[in-house]
Amino acid sequence: MDIELMINSFPKLLNATLITLKLLSVSLILGLFIGLGFAILRMNNNKFINKFAYGYSYIFRGTPLLVQIFIIYFGLGQIEYLRTTFLWVVLKEPYWCAIIAFSLNTGAYTSEILRSAFQTIKPGYLEAGRSLGIPSKIIFTKIQIPIAIKQSLPAYGNEIILMLKGTSLASTVTLMDLTGVAKYIISTTFKPVEVFIVAGGIYLFMTFIIHNVIKYLEKKYGFQT
Amino acid sequence: MELLYFGDKGWGDELFFATLMTIAVSITAMIIGFLFAALFTPLKISNNKVLNSIGNAYTTVIRGVPELLVIYLFFFGGSGAIMFVASIFGYNDYIEINAFLTGSFSIGIISGAYSTEVFRGALQSIDKGQFEAAKVLGFNKYIYFFKIILPQMLRLAIPNLSNVWQITLKDTSLISVTGLVEIMRQSYIAAGSTRDPLFFYSFAAVLYLMLTFLSMQLLNRLETKYSKGY
Repeated sequence: MDIELMINSFPKLLNATLITLKLLSVSLILGLFIGLGFAILRMNNNKFINKFAYGYSYIFRGTPLLVQIFIIYFGLGQIEYLRTTFLWVVLKEPYWCAIIAFSLNTGAYTSEILRSAFQTIKPGYLEAGRSLGIPSKIIFTKIQIPIAIKQSLPAYGNEIILMLKGTSLASTVTLMDLTGVAKYIISTTFKPVEVFIVAGGIYLFMTFIIHNVIKYLEKKYGFQT
Repeated sequence: MELLYFGDKGWGDELFFATLMTIAVSITAMIIGFLFAALFTPLKISNNKVLNSIGNAYTTVIRGVPELLVIYLFFFGGSGAIMFVASIFGYNDYIEINAFLTGSFSIGIISGAYSTEVFRGALQSIDKGQFEAAKVLGFNKYIYFFKIILPQMLRLAIPNLSNVWQITLKDTSLISVTGLVEIMRQSYIAAGSTRDPLFFYSFAAVLYLMLTFLSMQLLNRLETKYSKGY
């Protein structure tokens, strides 16, 4: 066991953790909006819109995240037309490609979580709102959304942890996130166990924090039914 | 479409064999995962504190650390560990373990952690009366476990196990970093030599979708078969 290597690599890995956290937070925020949008589309009565939203979540949940990143990072650059538009500024950066892929991926999972949360809202709440003469827009924003958020907290907590692990794939498109730096140190020193303990420890610490924050939120805002 | 021709002209046959490789790795990993689950599920439900915390440590660490990191650990550390064990027995030559074994073993450990949780949940939601009744009727251990507990456990576990299967199948794409030629690796090679990454990665996505779709059909059939009595 090479304790010195563990101590020396710790600051480097901690520095890389910042990139991991940045990737995670940006893609979670974007993913939440995407997920909310598609969850609303899923509840639309129009068959075509409904199928479209279902197809989106089916495709993104049925393929590995790695394929999605590769299509966006290596694949989209191939389309000549895209290179001429302003989108190219975004798509040539591996950082933004990773964020796009992560957001679309977590958006698909979030849309499923939110959809099932919306569907389990008791019809009584909506009827009560309607009979009080509240406009349907306000019923949606003030009644449906808060209840859905409360009900989806446990599942969404899992999704955050899955996404944290998903950000490790950013290392495959040359980004030096926590896993990327860990791999670099492993391949230069050939001491996989030591580096795994430090990097794995940092990941575990983050999952631990996320887990407890979600638990706290559940307790505070949790829904007793 | 020419790119998908079988034979020397296209990548059809290579991708076909790569798909078979993905299926083979997933099934091997799933089986290794079951072995791990068989080992750790009893620990997780045991009353002994030490055994219990060993079981918990396994599922917590594996489920909290990215799959890619676990794969790197085994990819870079696997042959070192085996050489270390071999050196104890007096064998000092260089040993290289093949990518298939490293890959399925590392994915197997990951899927084992998820399977353990599934089996634990299933075992704990079987009615206590079933255990007591089996004991009272004096069945031997074999009948007790295989004829009474296991069938009930499977009924509860199969829907969640099909989720584990999906996760495992998708995780196999990560072993491409070790150089094992499965769908992702083959697409990478094909994309590199034809300069057409968009087509090959999209085709890889289609292959994965097909695999998940077909396996869901099969698993749903299994699910109805095992829940017949209910």
